[in-house]
Amino acid sequence: MKLLIRNGRVVDPKSGRDALGDVFVADGKIAAGTGTPDRTIDAQGLVVAPGFIDLAARLREPGYEYKATLESEMDAAVAGGVTSLACPPDTDPPLDEPGLVDMLRRRAKALSRARVYPVGALTVKLAGQQLTEMAELAESGCVAFSQANIPVADTQVLWRALQYAATFGFPVWLRAEDACLAKGGVAHDGEVATRLGLAGIPAFAETIALAQLFELVRATGARVHVCRISSAAGVAMLRRAKHDGLPLTCDVAIHHLHLSDMDLGFFDSSCRLEPPLRSQRDREALAAALADGTIDCAVSDHTPVDEDQKLLPFAEAEPGATGLELLLPLTLKWGMERKLTLAQTLARITSEPARVLGVASGRIEPGAPGDLVLFDANAAWRVTSAALKSQGKNSPFLGMELAGRVRATIVAGNVVHEA
Amino acid sequence: MPPNPQLNAKGELQHLLSIEGLPREILTQILDTAEPFAGVTEREVKKVPLLRGKSVFNLFFEPSTRTRTTFEIAAKRLSADVINLNIAISSQTKGESLLDTVANLSAMQADIFVVRHASSGAPFLIARHVKPHEHVVNAGDGRHAHPTQGLLDLFTIRHYKKDFTQLTVAIVGDILHSRVARSLIHGLTTLGAPEVRVIGPQTLLPAGVEALGVRVFHDMREGLRGADVVVMLRLQNERMGGALLPSAQEFNKHYGLSADKLALAKPDAIVMHPGPMNRGVEIDSSVADGPHSVILPQVTFGISVRMAVMSMIAGGG
Repeated sequence: MKLLIRNGRVVDPKSGRDALGDVFVADGKIAAGTGTPDRTIDAQGLVVAPGFIDLAARLREPGYEYKATLESEMDAAVAGGVTSLACPPDTDPPLDEPGLVDMLRRRAKALSRARVYPVGALTVKLAGQQLTEMAELAESGCVAFSQANIPVADTQVLWRALQYAATFGFPVWLRAEDACLAKGGVAHDGEVATRLGLAGIPAFAETIALAQLFELVRATGARVHVCRISSAAGVAMLRRAKHDGLPLTCDVAIHHLHLSDMDLGFFDSSCRLEPPLRSQRDREALAAALADGTIDCAVSDHTPVDEDQKLLPFAEAEPGATGLELLLPLTLKWGMERKLTLAQTLARITSEPARVLGVASGRIEPGAPGDLVLFDANAAWRVTSAALKSQGKNSPFLGMELAGRVRATIVAGNVVHEA
Repeated sequence: MPPNPQLNAKGELQHLLSIEGLPREILTQILDTAEPFAGVTEREVKKVPLLRGKSVFNLFFEPSTRTRTTFEIAAKRLSADVINLNIAISSQTKGESLLDTVANLSAMQADIFVVRHASSGAPFLIARHVKPHEHVVNAGDGRHAHPTQGLLDLFTIRHYKKDFTQLTVAIVGDILHSRVARSLIHGLTTLGAPEVRVIGPQTLLPAGVEALGVRVFHDMREGLRGADVVVMLRLQNERMGGALLPSAQEFNKHYGLSADKLALAKPDAIVMHPGPMNRGVEIDSSVADGPHSVILPQVTFGISVRMAVMSMIAGGG
């Protein structure tokens, strides 16, 4: 299969290239020359970019098929232009055994849409007590190890887990949250939570966990990726730690770039997220840190939740928001607000996550995987249940109009989505 | 911010969910409406026909005796039919969802749902899903709000002090977990009380409480100085012995209202308590039963205020 994409605005964040041109894909890879294509796509008026790489997308299999299925969420991924995604281990059972990982990868492969990179559980059942067989899990395809949203409460276990992972050079992806300080909390501990009478999670639940994590990274040399940073104080600590040369990378969820605890309004359960939406000052610091590179990439933190679990009082509602199909529009919106070029903006969902993941995709150059997305940066669309392919319709952006619509998604040279 | 879900398109009260966000005119209207109802409760035939033919469903997802009873009396004095549902021991244990329970009761032709729930915001969720002719009255949701208690507190203060604009009000104790405190604070600031104080240890004060428009005191004697109104909050037993408070004794010593601490307030200060009281913990018997106490009149006024609220939201026809 040889594919020619003509007349597009080719944007390659890695090289900074942003020019009209053609892209040729042969044998699943970007090719230098132009042979005779089997198919030609006219990309006039569209941006041609590397397929998006999302470091946090829950597919809900195994165990939560009533919330979403691999099939529905892989459709959502490619509809959102996501060609590679990493899935956290908080399935049921969690991804703590090679057999489970193997099955997930095979099921995902059979659907032949986006590439799936499983993130294995750091501890058995994510219980924070016993280490998983990380080497075995890595052999079956896990690219990193994580606790998803369940922090390790026992610092001794966390220390040992980082030591063990560092022994093999496995990256560890962790959310920074002190389990005891966060216990029972459902919203940012501040004026809004006080007014609404919601139990709070203070920002120092994050900074205390970060301080602990940084010391453990210093001691063990483990490569740590900080997931879903949420506070201005956390960002400041991360900036210093990176400056000190610690082997750290970091991501932020797209929702946290645009929303704050003020958006909880009158107990809007679609804004019940983990970590909680914090103050406007925190939101501003996150958006700035993603622009200056302190935060490396943006993720959808895609979490499909069934409607019944959101039609509950705020604290009882299941946390999470659907995100795969909003990754592009919300990243574009952030880039516009920060006055960044399109290449700079897209880097946060292409070349930067590729670097964190250590994969060759996320760029347009000869030899790179033929993963591409064609999108109309200016096409506005309304976020509605019907417009979303994901089985999860839970979004704080429901009813809002956003710009940026994917027209075609290509994985390994195959067109897997067209709209 | 979405529009205020308590008011209809004409700016009238559709539901009573929280005192926060209600304009001063509506608060005053509720208090004014409650005045003549105080007379009804003293008549021999204690009934007016304002809600004749209407059904009031008391939906209590959390146990309560006093609030439920006063709502029941208020509804009956308005000639409504009252159905009490103690959900804590029926549907919830059978796994029925909150909204399913409400939908079922709605099919039984309810006009007013009086809702108490342990989760902050539950009455807002219900109000978003009821039919246009149905009304929701929040009878206490989590730590968030207890608007009829706040209104009866305001009614009591106005009854004894007439004017809010000169008052110093001190609210003492467990502010963190108190929906009563939150509702009263919003009411007082809306009606123009110039100084609202909250008094308690740091462990019982929520983050950023100053943003509600209050002054924070940790020393009770300092906080009571010159107060016109002292509102004591109930301290739940389960707060004791954990990391919030070491013991009831130590709490009583520093934050319990004794006669000598009360002497620091104005000579004509009134003492209020939403009940049920823990004598010897947050309040000494000598004060609870003393000349400054208006704790029992609060209960009586509670009926009038609840009559006013229900007649205003559902008495229109």
